[in-house]
Amino acid sequence: MVKYKKQIRIALRNCGFINPENVDEYIVREGYAALGNALTNMTPEEVIDVIKNSGLRGRGGGGFPTGLKWELTRKVDADQKYVVCNADEGDPGAFMDRSILEGDPHTVLEAMAINGYCTGASKGLIYIRAEYPLAIKRLKIAIDQAREYGLLGEDIFGTNFSFDVELRYGAGAFVCGEETALIHSMEGLRGEPTVKPPFPSESGYKGMPTNVNNVETYANIPVILLKGADWFSSIGTEKSKGTKVFALAGKVNNVGLIEVPMGTTLREVIFDIGGGIKDGKKFKAVQTGGPSGGCLTENHLDISIDYDNLIASGSMMGSGGMIVMDEDDCMVSMAKFYLDFTVEESCGKCSPCRIGNKRLYEMLDTITQGKGTLEDLSKLRNLANVVKDTSLCGLGQTSPNPVLSTMDNFLDEYMAHVKDGKCPSGQCKALMSYIINADACVGCTLCARVCPVDAISGEKKMAHLIDDDACIKCGACMDKCKFGAIFIQ
Amino acid sequence: MAKVKSLSDLNKMREELQSKMNLREKGEHPDSIVQIKVSMATCGIASGAKEIMDYMINELDNRAIDAVITQTGCMGYCYAEPTIEVTLPDNKPIVFGYVDTKKAQEIIEVYIQTGKLVDGIIPVNYETVNNE
Amino acid sequence: MDLVKLTIDNTPVVVEQGTTVLEAARSVGVDIPTLCYMKLDDLEFENKPGGCRVCVVEVEGRRNLAPSCKTACDEGMVVNTHSVRAINARRTVMELILSDHPFECLVCAKSGKCDLQSLAQDLGIREIHYQGEKSHYKGDESPAIIREMDKCIMCRRCETACNDVQTVGTLSAIYRGFESVVAPAFEMDLDHTNCTFCGQCVAVCPTGALIERDYTWQVMDAIVNPKKRVIVQTAPAVRAALGEEFGLEPGTLVTGKMVTALRKIGFDHVFDTDFAADLTIMEEGTELLGRLNKFLEGDKDVKLPMLTSCCPAWVNFFEHHFPEMKDIPSTAKSPQQMFGAIAKTYFANQLKVKREDLVVVSVMPCLAKKYEASREEFSANGDADVNISITTRELAQMIKNANLKFTDLPNDDFDRPMGESSGAGVIFGTTGGVIEAAVRTAYELHTDKELARVDFKELRGFEGIRSATIDFDGLPINIGIAHGLGNARTLLNDIKEGKSEFHAIEIMACPGGCIGGGGQPYHHGDVTVLKRRQKAIYQEDAGKSIRKSHENPYIQKLYTEFLGEPCGEKSHELLHTHYFDKKKKIEI
Ligand SMILES: Cc1cc2nc3c(=O)[nH]c(=O)nc-3n(C[C@H](O)[C@H](O)[C@H](O)COP(=O)(O)O)c2cc1C
Ligand code: SF4
Ligand code: SF4
Ligand code: SF4
Ligand code: FES
Ligand code: FES
Repeated sequence: MVKYKKQIRIALRNCGFINPENVDEYIVREGYAALGNALTNMTPEEVIDVIKNSGLRGRGGGGFPTGLKWELTRKVDADQKYVVCNADEGDPGAFMDRSILEGDPHTVLEAMAINGYCTGASKGLIYIRAEYPLAIKRLKIAIDQAREYGLLGEDIFGTNFSFDVELRYGAGAFVCGEETALIHSMEGLRGEPTVKPPFPSESGYKGMPTNVNNVETYANIPVILLKGADWFSSIGTEKSKGTKVFALAGKVNNVGLIEVPMGTTLREVIFDIGGGIKDGKKFKAVQTGGPSGGCLTENHLDISIDYDNLIASGSMMGSGGMIVMDEDDCMVSMAKFYLDFTVEESCGKCSPCRIGNKRLYEMLDTITQGKGTLEDLSKLRNLANVVKDTSLCGLGQTSPNPVLSTMDNFLDEYMAHVKDGKCPSGQCKALMSYIINADACVGCTLCARVCPVDAISGEKKMAHLIDDDACIKCGACMDKCKFGAIFIQ
Repeated sequence: MAKVKSLSDLNKMREELQSKMNLREKGEHPDSIVQIKVSMATCGIASGAKEIMDYMINELDNRAIDAVITQTGCMGYCYAEPTIEVTLPDNKPIVFGYVDTKKAQEIIEVYIQTGKLVDGIIPVNYETVNNE
Repeated sequence: MDLVKLTIDNTPVVVEQGTTVLEAARSVGVDIPTLCYMKLDDLEFENKPGGCRVCVVEVEGRRNLAPSCKTACDEGMVVNTHSVRAINARRTVMELILSDHPFECLVCAKSGKCDLQSLAQDLGIREIHYQGEKSHYKGDESPAIIREMDKCIMCRRCETACNDVQTVGTLSAIYRGFESVVAPAFEMDLDHTNCTFCGQCVAVCPTGALIERDYTWQVMDAIVNPKKRVIVQTAPAVRAALGEEFGLEPGTLVTGKMVTALRKIGFDHVFDTDFAADLTIMEEGTELLGRLNKFLEGDKDVKLPMLTSCCPAWVNFFEHHFPEMKDIPSTAKSPQQMFGAIAKTYFANQLKVKREDLVVVSVMPCLAKKYEASREEFSANGDADVNISITTRELAQMIKNANLKFTDLPNDDFDRPMGESSGAGVIFGTTGGVIEAAVRTAYELHTDKELARVDFKELRGFEGIRSATIDFDGLPINIGIAHGLGNARTLLNDIKEGKSEFHAIEIMACPGGCIGGGGQPYHHGDVTVLKRRQKAIYQEDAGKSIRKSHENPYIQKLYTEFLGEPCGEKSHELLHTHYFDKKKKIEI
């Protein structure tokens, strides 16, 4: 049982409380009051000041100060500007943004309109992956209802401010979450990043100033305006204010969506909120920031979560994926899993990411096969550093993080794979051996009969033997043996 | 549908909606209305929240229990989906997890009809800003 | 313009705001290597995706290395282009690129001219530390272009040429990550797409991924076949570029050496496409005057402006993209095809050989000519008017195969009758040349007066779209010129919208005209190469005793002996063609 509440719901404040398909319920919970008040009683500069003073930073991964971004977009002179909501959410296992859009779509619309008021944009675009049908449906309903009430459209709240929102669908490429790639994708071009600067706030959609923010970033806006910058900045740490939503997954008891104040420790998240490690196993590591982040260990459990601490520890905040690993997880395989993802998701524009990640993956694969050498380890590190240092966009600049952080924190595991040909956690199939304990074996021949590749030999009533080279590690023999004579090494 | 033409329009609208809801909750049958929310985000639906919602509607109807059932977003307990929140008159909301039809039946027969707690309660482990 | 101060490798540099680190470095003699980057000044070609990452440098205060080709100079920037970190990164990136490249250099068509190969040498790569799977793609062979995409390094230069410069839009990057490649949609073969075979993608590809289809062995086969008479025609732009393949300065005219080489290779007759260019002017010029006269007489249906039709890539372009305007270009065939048609009739008769036994070979700066030669309408009973078309580069290869020391060869003259040409025929090789040649003849035919000066400098130059008004003795004729298909598109759209004021427009698909053709020696991004070739073309024109097509005595003879009148019945049969609507063909 939890003794005290570690979570505060700001971004998720309405999720699970209101019927997302009914704008009235949103209005009852003070929905659209922030927009109304901003339009009626505040200048755009005043609104931007509140956001700046609140200390809100982008929740899409980079942590760029939101108020500053709005101000930059505001300051560029242009006939048309755009407000974009990044709902691509490509990080595997993450679903914070989806939950917000499904549970509280109006808050995003309201915040985008506020942003439009501040930056001077009359058009909002939500870039959402087509794999989110329910979120799309609820957004569409929300947009219709907001238009019906005149909360989107012409002359909102009787002022001369007009703003409308449209949906744009992504095919679900991870790289399309990168803001320049996202903009190209919305323009009907190949979803490929371009070198920044220019930033979207100067030249974005159709070459016009474009303010791109993440779903969760937007979800914070209306509350900040209602409750004030001081209230918001009283939550969190010195440089990271407010809360952060995480999708807690992996080997914890209570997987799910959580929202904690910045500054909460990883230990509190994993053990108090997450209810500790499943099946009483031992905690080994936690990956934050998805494929762009790094893994943190036992030693990091007491650091408090904020943008800067996570980076200082070799990982990053990312969008909010948090995957917990226990003693059964092999860290080389973990790095390989993420690299496999990056290889699939790289756009292919720049050579370090296109080819370098492939080579990183291949090297990790070699190591998990037990065929790696010590030299491979130093090559691996050099290549990881070069890919990070030379890639064009955030994808390639962060994709080696899982490799580098596991090498930093679990070098002994890499060494075990290459020097001893062993996988300490027993996850790498190619590195494990099924062995028959001669003392326990009664020679019943059952194992030899189930082995699909005839790798087991032995006379009746005599101890049997597994030929490791022939064995395909299917485990059938171990399942069959009634005397528990077969074990894995 | 009335358009919101000013901030005071919105405030008025909120008050009206609020009192309508209060009326609905406490109005005609102040003691008997039961409120049920079913977490219907992608994760909930994937674990069968739709069937539970349909089942509850039918079952409550059959038993002539006066209840308002609505869908809502993710409550955050993805490990325990489907989850539903039940608010009995004059009681605090209670969240039940791992609700299958058997559990739903138990919730209706035992908790809703007799007020006795059943297994499967999920402790609410967060605060929400609007509740402060 | 604001100036910014920075230091590059400890050298202070002052540049205009907006200058890239790469340009700034080059201005102080720091030669940062590049691979994907390519810029052709004045030709609207700029490819800088920032993708190869070979040009990375260390910028103080930045977390990551910066691509110098894509990074603008900032005030106070401190750049180090050869720190250990930068060099290691550059070499590692290069090793990565090489690790995904087939090691076929020894037998690769691009060997010796390959930017990837020379960069690997410049960087001194001796070992590739990172090895692994290599990418494989579907091959593609058209009559003109071969795509061997396993050799593609994703520099995207071809994409820029095809989309931004030519606005054809055949090539674009498809697939993701390690699988990504530049290809037509659905990896279709080029001949099933809207490709114009302009060859500009080939002209800029740094590797052997895009190359011309090589027909040199077919030529040799014909030459050694005792039953065949093999004749050759050489396009005007070839003589201004061929020398580069043998180490001569760009812009060196090698007409005489080329003729000698062709004879030594074994061609029975060595002719000049310039002769056919003069013929084209007779036909096209007459057609233009015909349309103009009708227009002056008040005929509302007459199609003006008239567009030139001697560039086959341009013909492909309007057949695919503007089929509704296919009656606007002149119906005159290109010089290559006029040559073929006359050779297989008039000249074959003179020789008393059957047309099938006369093999017509053309040496062209162009890849679209390979495709054009294979068009069905340019053949009789299955025998093509031009049997084989090879490029300047292929001719150089044949010269090398024949063990000729090209630079030491003596000069020689073309054979008669189809080797005589006027200066007007020569300038077909550059942008503006066709229309200048046409003006020289049309003026005199229209006014019956002799031109005081034959050099129309107002039609010359390098800008993508040019225009001039020429006074035809009181009748002002408005002339437009476009080179590069993107510029052509602009003029076509004007015509479509009824905004065009021109009477005649010259269009060349390749930037610079044929001197910049897809079959020419590689320019490696140096525009001065093209400019020097252009100068050489005008120099050859100026040196000719005959400057106007209608004064070419062999052309006059051809009309009296064989053709009759320009645009007459025989001309129509042999020298004019019709165009097709190819838009539907490519719908999928
Ligand atoms: C490879 C890559 C993927 C990204 N994916 C997302 C995403 O799915 N959602 C998102 O909001 N931001 C994503 N970002 C970050 C965006 O580029 C951008 O910084 C963000 O949308 C800005 O919003 P914020 O300031 O509100 O965080 C991604 C960045 C990179 C490099
Ligand atoms: S880093 Fe990867 S995803 Fe980003 S531009 Fe390069 S290839 Fe594309
Ligand atoms: S030949 Fe010309 S049209 Fe064809 S693909 Fe290349 S650049 Fe494009
Ligand atoms: S085909 Fe050639 S020009 Fe095109 S991207 Fe590949 S290497 Fe570059
Ligand atoms: S030359 Fe600069 S990135 Fe390729
Ligand atoms: S030598 Fe063939 S691609 Fe470079």
